[in-house]
Amino acid sequence: MSKTVTENRSKNRRTTLLLSGVVVLMFGFGFAMVPLYNLFCQITGTQSLSQRSEIGRVVALSDGIDKSRWVTVKFDTTVHPNLPWAFNALTHKMRVHPGETYEVNFTAQNRSNETVTGQAIPSVAPWQATPYFSKMDCFCFNKQTLSGTEKADMPLRFMVSTDLPKDIHSLTLSYSFMRLKEAETIDEKQGISKRIAVNGVE
Amino acid sequence: MSTTTLTHDEAHDHGAPKGWRRWLFSTNHKDIGTLYLLFALIMLFVGGASAMLIRMELFQPGIQLLDPDLYNNLVTNHALIMIFGAVMPAAAGLANWMIPMMIGAPDMALPRMNNLSFWILPAAATMLLLSFVVPFFPGGGTQINTGWTIYPPLSVQVGMSMDFLIFAIHLLGISSVLASINIIVTLLNMRAPGMKMLKMPMFCWTWLVTAFLLILVVPVLAGGVTMLLFDRHFGTSFFDAAGGGDPVLFQHLFWFFGHPEVYILLLPSIGVLSHVIPAFSRKPLFGYNSMVGAMIAVATIGMVVWAHHQYTIGMSLGAVTYFMIGTILISIPVGLMIFNFIATMWRGAMTFETPMLFAVGIVLMFTFGGLSGVMLAVVPADMQYHDSMFVVAHFHYVLMPGAVFGLFAGVFYWLPKWTGHMYDEKLGKLFFWTNVIGFNITFFPQHFLGLAGMPRRIVDYNVMFTEFNVISSVGAMVFGLSHLLLLYIVIKTIRGGKKAESRAWEGAKGLEWELDSPPAFHTWTVAPQIK
Repeated sequence: MSKTVTENRSKNRRTTLLLSGVVVLMFGFGFAMVPLYNLFCQITGTQSLSQRSEIGRVVALSDGIDKSRWVTVKFDTTVHPNLPWAFNALTHKMRVHPGETYEVNFTAQNRSNETVTGQAIPSVAPWQATPYFSKMDCFCFNKQTLSGTEKADMPLRFMVSTDLPKDIHSLTLSYSFMRLKEAETIDEKQGISKRIAVNGVE
Repeated sequence: MSTTTLTHDEAHDHGAPKGWRRWLFSTNHKDIGTLYLLFALIMLFVGGASAMLIRMELFQPGIQLLDPDLYNNLVTNHALIMIFGAVMPAAAGLANWMIPMMIGAPDMALPRMNNLSFWILPAAATMLLLSFVVPFFPGGGTQINTGWTIYPPLSVQVGMSMDFLIFAIHLLGISSVLASINIIVTLLNMRAPGMKMLKMPMFCWTWLVTAFLLILVVPVLAGGVTMLLFDRHFGTSFFDAAGGGDPVLFQHLFWFFGHPEVYILLLPSIGVLSHVIPAFSRKPLFGYNSMVGAMIAVATIGMVVWAHHQYTIGMSLGAVTYFMIGTILISIPVGLMIFNFIATMWRGAMTFETPMLFAVGIVLMFTFGGLSGVMLAVVPADMQYHDSMFVVAHFHYVLMPGAVFGLFAGVFYWLPKWTGHMYDEKLGKLFFWTNVIGFNITFFPQHFLGLAGMPRRIVDYNVMFTEFNVISSVGAMVFGLSHLLLLYIVIKTIRGGKKAESRAWEGAKGLEWELDSPPAFHTWTVAPQIK
């Protein structure tokens, strides 16, 4: 009996250690997902947002202006809670012809006393319209820095492609303004564009 | 060997220790099983109370009883308490009581760890309840208005109650991982001589698969909430887009745990069913080997289809197609299990005692929930149903019959074995009918609400949804109160009743029925020989 008990004990200990190893591995797997997930998405394009915005730069060329068609474009703004700015669209809604270039203004004001850097991340809804909405010139292409209580106009020039699917009559362009925390410490331009590229947003 | 065992046995033959030490320091699988079951019963009422408040608020459109944040906090609590506090501990309680008795082992393989894995639970439950209480105090921050999925960025903005919740989840995770390791070691190493893997009772098989799922996915959730904690307090940006992270990553981590969790809740009940249905049909289980295979298939496929909870996050067409096909594939092995149960009943000499009533109820209603699950698995359809009350109706149809009714069936089936008394059959049947009718009145109308466009997790609703919500709330009161009857039956059975024989049900098969009812404090100190 005592022999069986000892045998059983060591057998149990082995199995327990093995299973504990599995638990530790799976805990590590959760953290390994952080880099692996981005890598996986870049390789396979699973997170299709990045694909779409790349298509956006290529496809959205159109020939001529389609005067016969009206599309409603709405503008929406969000400010991340840790960015002490007010950020609003001066035009909330406009009707446009596909193929024609328009310009609208947004306004941003720094409500704190310190200099703060932020960047706007655009997205288009419905997502099917994303490739057909092209921004010729946008404040979101660069990081924006506002000194304390400074106010600035932020212009956007855009065009809706004539190739926009016929069943889309209305689309919304939404901006989320984010704070760039380490903007002063890291090599800004490269660092930022790399980080944002990883996230799959233009 | 047997002679030495006997000597050993005589030297240690003692009854149960007395007083609180019996429970706090217990290493006895039966006592720990009882503790688990009592804990689950208490949590069933705590979680049920929050559901009652939710349904009271939804009785009429507008905001009557609860602030929106408080409402959402109750939704969060209801889910977490029911899943981690009621269903999982109840299943673990059944496992602790039955597995050693079923495989002819004297106790669990790691009795001290068993004690630890139970006694972590009350601490975790306290943390969980504190997360609800803290916001009521000055400086306590906001309520947890995220739902049980605790998605960032909202969960990063919630006050300190979220930290209590994160630690509660850590503790609950540690508890269930320890319990799982114990169960796997017991099942692999402690079976009676002659009991091959493919001769194990089905309940043991279901728990083996469940325990493996638990140790594979719970650590990933622990990792996810740890990252959340770091994002909240240590300036990391795992899930913060402004710092280069990705909030969607949390959803992937969460559902990598969350979807297998569904099978963790379901499988032990399937195991109970595989004992109850043959016992009351007086036929052996149809297709034992195929059941084992189907179960492993469900668990395996279930591990790789998690993103069907996130169709609307904007994945590529290829990815959603994969997750859709994978999800629908699961219905094949699940269907096989259901057909096996029906084939077991086919031409059997069936009687309908309370456990069997619950078992038949599961076969009917779980299948119904499975069918609405196939609807939700289809991507274009899900874009409509996503986050609507239809989803709420679906997962309650899957989890109430699939998990909870299975546990009720198990409790009624084995209660005579545990207590030595038969429960009151009339009251048992009354409980079944009020429970099942209340359940259907509560959740069936929610399908219509969802299809008509009522979103879930919102305190108020459009007046056009009033009628079905009134029906649902009335049903919920019946359903909720019916559980008081369960409590009464259980207490009554513990205190007395008709003496149960060792084979309490005439058709019951298995080693546990060879023992007395109630069994001695230590059983199978001499391992039985399996032919």
